[in-house]
Order: sequence, then C-alpha cells, then structure tokens
Amino acid sequence: MNKKPAHELLSLLKNKKVSAVEIVKSTYEQIEKHEKEISAYVTLTKELALKQAKAVDEGKRSGPLAGIPIAVKDNMCTKGILTTCSSKILHNYLPPYNATIVEKLEAAGAITIGKTNLDEFAMGSSTENSAIKTTKNPWNLNCVPGGSSGGSAAAVAADETVLALGSDTGGSIRQPASFCGIVGMKPTYGRVSRYGLVAFASSLDQIGPMTKDVRDCAILLNVLSGYDEKDSTSAKLEAPDYTKALIDDVKNLTVGIIDELMGEGVEGSTKEAIEKAVKLLESKGAKVKKVSLPHLKYSVATYYLIAPAEASSNLGRYDGVKYGLRSKEAKDLITMYKNTRAEGFGPEVKRRILLGTYALSAGYYDAYYLKALKVRTLIKEDFEKAFKDCDVLISPTSPIPAFKIGEKANDPLSMYLSDIATIPVNLAGLPAISIPCGFANGLPIGLQIIGKAFDEETILKAAYTYEQNTNWHKEKAEIR
Amino acid sequence: MSKYETVIGLEIHAQLATESKMFCSCSTKFGAEPNTNVCEICTGQPGVLPKINKKAIELAIKTGLALNCKIEPMSVFARKNYFYPDLPKAYQISQYELPIITGGHLEIEIPNEGENSNSRLRKKINITRIHLEEDAGKLVHKGAERIMGSEESLVDYNRGGTPLMEIVTEPDIRSPLEAKIFMEDLAHLLQYIGVCDAKMEEGSLRCDANISIRPVGQKELGTKTELKNMNSFRFVQMGLEAEVARHTEMKASGEKIIQETRYFDTKTHDTKSMRSKEEAHDYRYFPEPDLVTIEPDHKWIEEIRATLTELPEKKRERYINEYGLPNPIAEVLIATKSISDYFEECLKIENKPKEIANWMLVNVMAYLKNKNLDIKDIVFSPRELIELIKLIEKGTISGTAAKEVLIKALETGKNIKDIVSESGATQISDEGALQQIVKEVIKNNPKQVLQFKSGKDPVIMYLVGQVMKESKGRAKPDLVQALLRKELS
Repeated sequence: MNKKPAHELLSLLKNKKVSAVEIVKSTYEQIEKHEKEISAYVTLTKELALKQAKAVDEGKRSGPLAGIPIAVKDNMCTKGILTTCSSKILHNYLPPYNATIVEKLEAAGAITIGKTNLDEFAMGSSTENSAIKTTKNPWNLNCVPGGSSGGSAAAVAADETVLALGSDTGGSIRQPASFCGIVGMKPTYGRVSRYGLVAFASSLDQIGPMTKDVRDCAILLNVLSGYDEKDSTSAKLEAPDYTKALIDDVKNLTVGIIDELMGEGVEGSTKEAIEKAVKLLESKGAKVKKVSLPHLKYSVATYYLIAPAEASSNLGRYDGVKYGLRSKEAKDLITMYKNTRAEGFGPEVKRRILLGTYALSAGYYDAYYLKALKVRTLIKEDFEKAFKDCDVLISPTSPIPAFKIGEKANDPLSMYLSDIATIPVNLAGLPAISIPCGFANGLPIGLQIIGKAFDEETILKAAYTYEQNTNWHKEKAEIR
Repeated sequence: MSKYETVIGLEIHAQLATESKMFCSCSTKFGAEPNTNVCEICTGQPGVLPKINKKAIELAIKTGLALNCKIEPMSVFARKNYFYPDLPKAYQISQYELPIITGGHLEIEIPNEGENSNSRLRKKINITRIHLEEDAGKLVHKGAERIMGSEESLVDYNRGGTPLMEIVTEPDIRSPLEAKIFMEDLAHLLQYIGVCDAKMEEGSLRCDANISIRPVGQKELGTKTELKNMNSFRFVQMGLEAEVARHTEMKASGEKIIQETRYFDTKTHDTKSMRSKEEAHDYRYFPEPDLVTIEPDHKWIEEIRATLTELPEKKRERYINEYGLPNPIAEVLIATKSISDYFEECLKIENKPKEIANWMLVNVMAYLKNKNLDIKDIVFSPRELIELIKLIEKGTISGTAAKEVLIKALETGKNIKDIVSESGATQISDEGALQQIVKEVIKNNPKQVLQFKSGKDPVIMYLVGQVMKESKGRAKPDLVQALLRKELS
C-alpha cells in the first residue's frame, strides 16, 4: 500500500478497496523494516497517525488528502510535537503553534507520519550536518540522500511515507529529490506561506512538495498554495487547480537549455540524461533552444552572502533565554549566550553565522551584502530575458549524482558549488521542479525544469509529459 | 557671560496609542500579569513572521501631518540586530534608511532673553524624521539594579512589540529650557491628536538628547555626548543643564570632551558615563525580509488628514478671539485635551464661555488636582455644570452654596437638582426669614456696626458675610446687603 502514489491510494480509499488504517499500518511496517538503515525521521508520530487514520475511516476526517501519509520536515512547527531543526539548540523544542501549512494539511485530512531529518537549520546539501543522525540514500546506503531535505527525500524513496514536505532555500527540495529519484518542487517565492517554517534565509526560503510522481506533486501543491495573511510576503493570488495542468502535451512549448549549466563540472552520464530528456520533449513537439544566463556564474557567491546574512539575524533568537538549549556552563548573561551558542550550533551553522555577521558589519555592508543584492537583481534579469523566448528552462538539478557519505564533509566549498544549478532559481524567486530522468551507477539523476514566476502550471505540464513517456519514476530503490 | 553656545538635538520615543501590538494582535494594555499579553510572535518563537499593524502606520502618518512633515510614498522596515534578553528575536524591527516620515517642524514659544522678560519669542524646531519600531520587553532583577551582578533576572514580554514612534529633531535647540518647552509642546500635541498619551513619568514618552557646545559664532559643531534617562520634563531641563555645565567646565579647563553615551542620575543630579563610542554596538541593519514596503496611498493619507483635530495653537487663538477669554485662562483650558473637550461640550449646551471657564478653572479643576483625577474619571457631566450655572443665574442658589453643591456632586456623582432639593440649599429670598438673621447679626457685632456708622462703608461686606454664614449660604447676598443698609440707616 505504502508503495503507491497518493492519487492511486485516494481512488482506492474512495472505492473502499483499502482503509486509511491499513495504509498507515503498512507505512509503519516499512518504517520498522528500513528506518534503522535509512534514518529518515527525527520523530515518529505513530499514535497520532493511527488516530487520524481511524477518524478518516469513520468519516470524521475528510479533505483532498484524507488518509494519505505525509512526512513533515523537522523545520516546520507542529504544535506540541518536537520540532528540532536537527539542531542541538532546539533538541527539546515543542512549538506552541502550528505552521500554516501544517494547519492546511490538517484541514486536508492528511496523516502525519513524523518529522524528517535535515541538515541543521536546513544548512547543507547532504543531511550530514544534522546534529541528530545521518540519513542514508535508499539507492545506496553509503551515499548521502542530498540535503537539506534529505530525510523527506529518503522517506519518500524508501516508501516510508507517501508524501513529504521539504523546504528549499538554495536547492534543498530539488537536490535531494534528484539524489533519491523522486519528484520535488520549489514553488514561486510567495506561493506557499512561510509562517511556521523556521527561518534560514527569509527572502529565499520556500516550502514545497516531495512526492513519488508529478500528479502527486500537483495534488499536494493544491493543498499548500495560497495567500496567508500571517505571511506578508505571500502572494495575494488565487491558486489554480494544478491537476488541470497535467496534460501530456508540449506542442507550442519552447524549452530553453541553460548553456552555463551543461558545460564544465557536469558529470558525463548526467549530461547525457538531460540531453536525452530534451530530445524526448522535442520529439513530443516542443521547440528547443539554447539560452545563456551570463550572471549565473556569480550565483553561488551571491547566495553565500545573502543567505548567511539573513541567517545570522534569524538565528540570533537561539540564545538560551526562552526555549531550547541553555548551557549549564552559564555563569552570567554573556557566558550564557556564548556557551549556549557554542554548544548548541554545529560547525556549518557557525560558519554561516560568521559569514553573515561579517557581510552585514559596518564598513563591509556595501561591499558585500549590498553588492550581492545588486547581483541578485542581475541574475533575476537574466531569467526574465530568457523567459521572453522560452516557456520553461531546463538543466540538471545537480551536476553530479549522490556522493559518498563523508566525501565532501570537510570541503564546504565543493559542497557549496554542487548547488550551482538550484541556487539561481531561489535568488530569482522562481518555481522549479526536479524529476527523475535516469541513473548513473545505480544512482538517480534529476532533471530540473524552471518556470516563470507563478507559472507552476507550465512546469507541471512539461514534467507530466516527460513522466508519461518514461518509466524512471516507477523505479524503486532496493534497500540494502 | 557665556561665550559658548549650546546645541541640542532630541530623539524622542513615543508609545503609540494602538489597541494591539506593532506586529501581532496581542493587547498593549498596561499593567497585566507578566507574560500574559504575549503570543508566539512577540516572544520570538522559531518560524513566526511579523504582520504590520495598520493602525500604527495611521498614527505615524497623523503625527507627520500634524508636524508639517512629508509622508514618504515608500518606506522600509529594517532589522536592528543585538543580543539582550528583553529582545526575544535578537533584533528589533525598526526603520533605518527609509523612514515613513521626513522633514517638518514644530513651533514653540520661548522666553525672550531681552530686557522685557515677559515677552515671548516664537521659534521653529525642525524635525529630521519620524520612524516606526517595536518596543522591547521589561527585565526585573533580583539582588542588583542591573542584569550584571543580579542573582536572577526575569523577563516580562508584555511590553515587547508595543508600537513606538521615534521622532528625531535637527540640532536646532539652543538651551535646556528650550528642550523642556519643546518636549512639553510635543507631548501636548501628541495627546491632542490622540496618537500617544505622552506621559514621561510613565515612560509612554521618552527622550534622549545629543548635546554639544561651541564658541558663539562658530559654525562647526563641537563634540557631542548623548544623554539618556531623563524621565520627566523637569529632568530633561535639569539633565541637560548638568551636561552643559560639564562641557563648559571641561572646555574652561582645557579638557577634551569625548563622544560617549551618558545618563542623568536623578539622585545626584549629575550625568554619568554609560559607554564610549568605541563600545557602541554595530547593529548590522538590513532591510527586514519578512515584510513588504509601506506605500500609503494618497486617498488614505487624506482620510487621515480629515481626522486630524484642531491643533492646540489654533484652539488657543480661537478661545481668545471667539470666546473673549484672557490668554492665561485659554492656556489652562487647552493644556489638556480632555479639559478642552469638556469645555467645548459645555459650550454646545449653553453658550456661556466665561462662566463655564470660570467654574471649571476655579472649582472643577481644583477638585481634580486635589484628588489627582482626570476629568475623564468623574461622572459629573457638562450638562450638570450648565445646570448649576443656570440655578445661580435664576437666583435659586447663591454662588457660595453652589460651590458646596458642586463639591457634593463631584464627590457623590449625584444630580445637581437632587442635591439642591435634598439639602434645602435653595436661596432664602423671603425677606421675612432673612430679617430675623439680619437683626441678630447687628446685635452680635456692635463693634463693626459702630465702624460702619462712623463712615467705614466697606465694613458692610463683613456683616453681609456674617449673615451668609448664619444662613448657611442660602441667602441672596445683594438682598442681604439691602436689608442691612435699611436696618442700619
């Protein structure tokens, strides 16, 4: 049961071929079988899930996702349920409120399976920066699942859940989706409320679906999207029914291949897989052209000024005063601050707080932060220009497939550079999806499709067409 | 004698009179149990986002309009980052490069330093900017005055997130007295337009000052110090006087003034160093990414302008010109918004400005002052005051009796009419009844009667007074006098 996508389970539930309790039970059976190896979850909420499933079966809980298991990344606030951000500093944090998307899932009748592991405060590309556990890639347990939403991606790929939520600041949904062979979408900035998502970089963060196929992605996006008065940066736009965009047709669509993301640094079989994908779309009637985004090469540098700057401010509140860790070594105010933060944050988080604090300091602000904002505008303009002639843009999600655990742990710069294809999309605030498009040595490869702002529909249409004409999404990881 | 000129600029924090906080819907009510007016937003829980209180924007715009300022078509919130336990997010949402209001001025009246000390001079103090921000929480320490050295410290976030407006003036102020007058006039204006209750002693209005001195005639500014903790109008003047004296002494003895932040010690009445410029924070300001820009549209601004009540200065002129009140009386009436509101309510019922002003000033306000009450705290309505004035005019009660009736009404909240009928305070206008008292008074005061008869006419008033006393104020004084004169002639 747990292996099927949500849309199949929904029709089985509707026809009473299966009960919600059965679905939830089979999901936990899978978790019991594989979680030891995968380590996708920080917290499991089995009791709650079974209660919710029972309510669905009794007709007391309904909605578009009634009876469907979902895993929530552990940086989204769940009232009374541990929300750790995989950080020691929040190891005991019980939020007094629900994130808006958690409320939406509740209203949709979804079943919360648990909270998934991530790189501490979503800072990382491998989930190795979690202070709690290291999640493994279901396709190869020696490899990372990607990150920062590695727990969510691995849980979906290992059938330890049906749906999952991720958050994406520089690729944190798409890259792990790519590494684990699932579908992951970062919606347009402002499409989904950020209220209750523990902030990493406020101007870049966005919540999105991580699913087994494109249809599930559209179904989940339907539930998540829409204006929220609690989030001033959410868009006052009516969210469409995304399932209507699921049409196997790319005629009249112009697909642009981003030149800068197909050259040096892109691993051979990845490049090949992308080229094949483009050919397929072309054969289905899409017009294909090469596009150049000249400022793309500055995006990683730009990102590593803006994101840490915002993070340095966002993470100031973890000071030992109100919640979470307070160092036992504290003797006075200053030692409480220093020791709490020294003990509570991991090395990557500290690195970024330092970077960001520096970039915002008096005398450096103009040269770093302000300049980065200017380059951000240039990158945005590059995209706008490309979208004058194209409906969607295409690139690999990651230049390489999943790497070995520990391989890049001590080389942050090389880790940062592996996000070259996903980061510019966040800087421009655009929507993008990653879908499975092949394998290299048994490890999945992801195809990234980028769309215009608030045009998730065209992305879904292109992704759906590709998926309908391939079988990559049906491949299951053999966990060993 | 002073060859130095004082230069002062002020930074004023005014708590906005909104029902709810700046970025959440918690109440701003003062005096609740600690940490009860709080939510996930104003306690800085992970994941929360601020939401702008539109009312706060409205009140800031209203202030801007009243101070002749420019309302900026686009302004931006910024984060001011620093660690302190009363600041739950470790940043304060404020405004930095693009404030909501710029320019403007307030005209004040200062004593003319020339030979005629009674004449007054009008002076324009320019406003640099006004911006919006949120207040911090409150810390309580055990075993020490400050957090350093305390056994334990507790934090109350009830005040955290309360909307504040920071008003910054140009360095246009030239004396501590001018600074005090400016603060009083500004407080008055803010109360008037209903944006702030402006009580310095309670902290709803706070003032920091930048101060320097320079040789008269020199254009360039001297080294400034920032002075804090002047939490009353009097302390503004005293604090600044102490700081001017310190600067002047240092210059005289050739010492170098260092740029630093100091505070006014209200016990010793001198200023003490808090931190030097080197110790100053780097607040790492940057635009608040969780909020969108503020772009008030023209229509809204005009709607706010329409709600702007008559400003004190205009009102004072009107009271003098339209109602014929003397300036000192007009000033007392306009000094407090609730008093002038009351006065105008009375006028609406009966157009007798002089009588109303007289009764309000001499009796009602004296009572309020005595009991430390605001006019809003009493049930005695304008209608009742008019009732009282009418009864005197009709001759139903005497002025003396009216005073007692009024006090009773103020104290008990009873109707004037009821009090009058219950106490039997109506005037004795019956000659026969008075005649008896008059005769007795003449009999008991032979000395004064003799004086009167020997030509000391004013002594008659003493005798009138005695009759009034005997009649418990119920006699009609002019009638008494007439009867006395008749009896003594």
